[in-house]
Amino acid sequence: MAIKQVSIFLENMVGRLATVSQLLGDAGINIRGLAVADTNDFGILRLLIDDVESGVDILMKNGIVCQYSEVCAVEIEPCPGSLAKALGVLRDAGVNVNYMYTVAEPGGPNAVMIFQFGDALDKAEEILANAGFKVLDKLI
Amino acid sequence: MNDLTLKDCVDRKALSRIQLERLQQTVTRLYEKVPFYTKAFDEKGVKPRDLKTLADLAKFPCTVKTDLRDHYPFGLLSVPQNDIVRIHASSGTTGKPTVVCYTREDLSIWAETMCRTLQMGGATEDDMVQVGYGYGLFTGGLGVHYGAERLGCSVVPMGGGSTEKQLMLIRDFGTTVICCTPSFFVHLIEEAEKIGLDFRDTKLRIGFFGAEPWTEEMRQLIQEKSGIRAYDIFGLSEIMGPGVSSDCECHCGLHIFEDHYYPEILDPNTDEVLPPGEEGEIVFTTITKKGMPLLRYRTHDISRLHYEQCKCGRTLVRMEKIRRRSDDMLIIRGVNLFPSQVESVLLPIKGTVPHYQLVVTRTKAMDELEIKVEVTPDVFSDEVRSLEVLRNKIAFEIKQIIGLSAKITLVEPGTLERSAGKAKRVLDLRKQA
Repeated sequence: MAIKQVSIFLENMVGRLATVSQLLGDAGINIRGLAVADTNDFGILRLLIDDVESGVDILMKNGIVCQYSEVCAVEIEPCPGSLAKALGVLRDAGVNVNYMYTVAEPGGPNAVMIFQFGDALDKAEEILANAGFKVLDKLI
Repeated sequence: MNDLTLKDCVDRKALSRIQLERLQQTVTRLYEKVPFYTKAFDEKGVKPRDLKTLADLAKFPCTVKTDLRDHYPFGLLSVPQNDIVRIHASSGTTGKPTVVCYTREDLSIWAETMCRTLQMGGATEDDMVQVGYGYGLFTGGLGVHYGAERLGCSVVPMGGGSTEKQLMLIRDFGTTVICCTPSFFVHLIEEAEKIGLDFRDTKLRIGFFGAEPWTEEMRQLIQEKSGIRAYDIFGLSEIMGPGVSSDCECHCGLHIFEDHYYPEILDPNTDEVLPPGEEGEIVFTTITKKGMPLLRYRTHDISRLHYEQCKCGRTLVRMEKIRRRSDDMLIIRGVNLFPSQVESVLLPIKGTVPHYQLVVTRTKAMDELEIKVEVTPDVFSDEVRSLEVLRNKIAFEIKQIIGLSAKITLVEPGTLERSAGKAKRVLDLRKQA
């Protein structure tokens, strides 16, 4: 069920994000969602892109350290309280969210949240599905 | 002037006679007692009797640091092991330290040259000497300690670190002389300012600073800020420890205690002996040491020798302050560091040696070490936490093995400077004189 995201190691310095987005843009690869985690010295950029394999290939050829990882994509209704409900289900099951972000272009009427659960991915997806949430195996 | 300082003003012709005699005894001892030297002499085709003049020393083999490691720990002794009364060691590249051994007589010579060092800076038996060098395997603490006791000073064996306690003792005991690394003393000045302590209001009057390279500007700064007189002392454990050479009030080079440590300047590339005044690698032969005498020990320190009599009246040769080295060794806060040591730390952590660079800077006179490590796909993780664990692990290992706190910075691959494809391992941004 899980979908693939690309994680990229970037030094915390001017122009690094620009370089990555330019490389993907030049290759005609669309960025559907992203999140950045930053520290003083470095950051990790997480991307959801259309063509994961060619995207990673292009980045690696340009000397950028990146890797795939699996995350959970869940549709969330665009109304108050729906995200809280999803998180409440996870809390009740004792599942920790390592990080989360939204998809910029969900491709439908609902919002799409991306969750990183680490090793608890399968368990979390099952819990969310059982609670009536739509867990995606690809972005629309 | 007492007997000891008379030795510093000896007639140079008489000194040469003493040096030749002692050197002849040393080469004979080495050839007869130390198999490593027997072999080295034979390979060079020289015998102890070939040393007829001081200049003949050029025909004899040199000793390098790896010779000490290869004969770890006690392979270069020229006396039975039970004649050894003290052992010191310096940090090693792969965990194996460089070991040096002393007989009772050696310790006495060391105390004498360290005592002469203190006298050169004007210390007397009336002084209270606070030893701010580390005690233990490092030669700094005990070396200074015994020299100060020989002089008859009151010795405070404080050891390194513990800033607040150092300041408390200076104030409460009325310490008059302090010995530590120059960067540590600058740190003491800064911390003293914070608690409103001016060294001018204490009895502190002289500082002997060494174990790391520092500049004339830094000496001036220390004097201005603290009101004490600052002197440079030089030494290395392989030859003896602190007090191989030392600054006098003229500050025009460090007088080498030539009646014990015989210096030469070599061209580091051709190994030829260079004439006085020319710049090259300074090499020492111990000419009175018994436990572990070393012949023509390569220091990798670049200096010059000046034989003209000093304005202070001393006739002992002066070596210029060390400005650079002929190898890649760094001295950071008094600790010797080779890039290969960092490599030996990175290797087991990451399973492969990544590109890395040591960046050394000096902020407010304290040396700072930053180690930049390129992140490879093998170690990259999607989680910030894992990367921080990696970073802390490297910092911890560096501290454990080398004894230095370093800032670890993870950088992108290909970003560290390379010259002709080869990584530039060291970026020393400290200002040298």
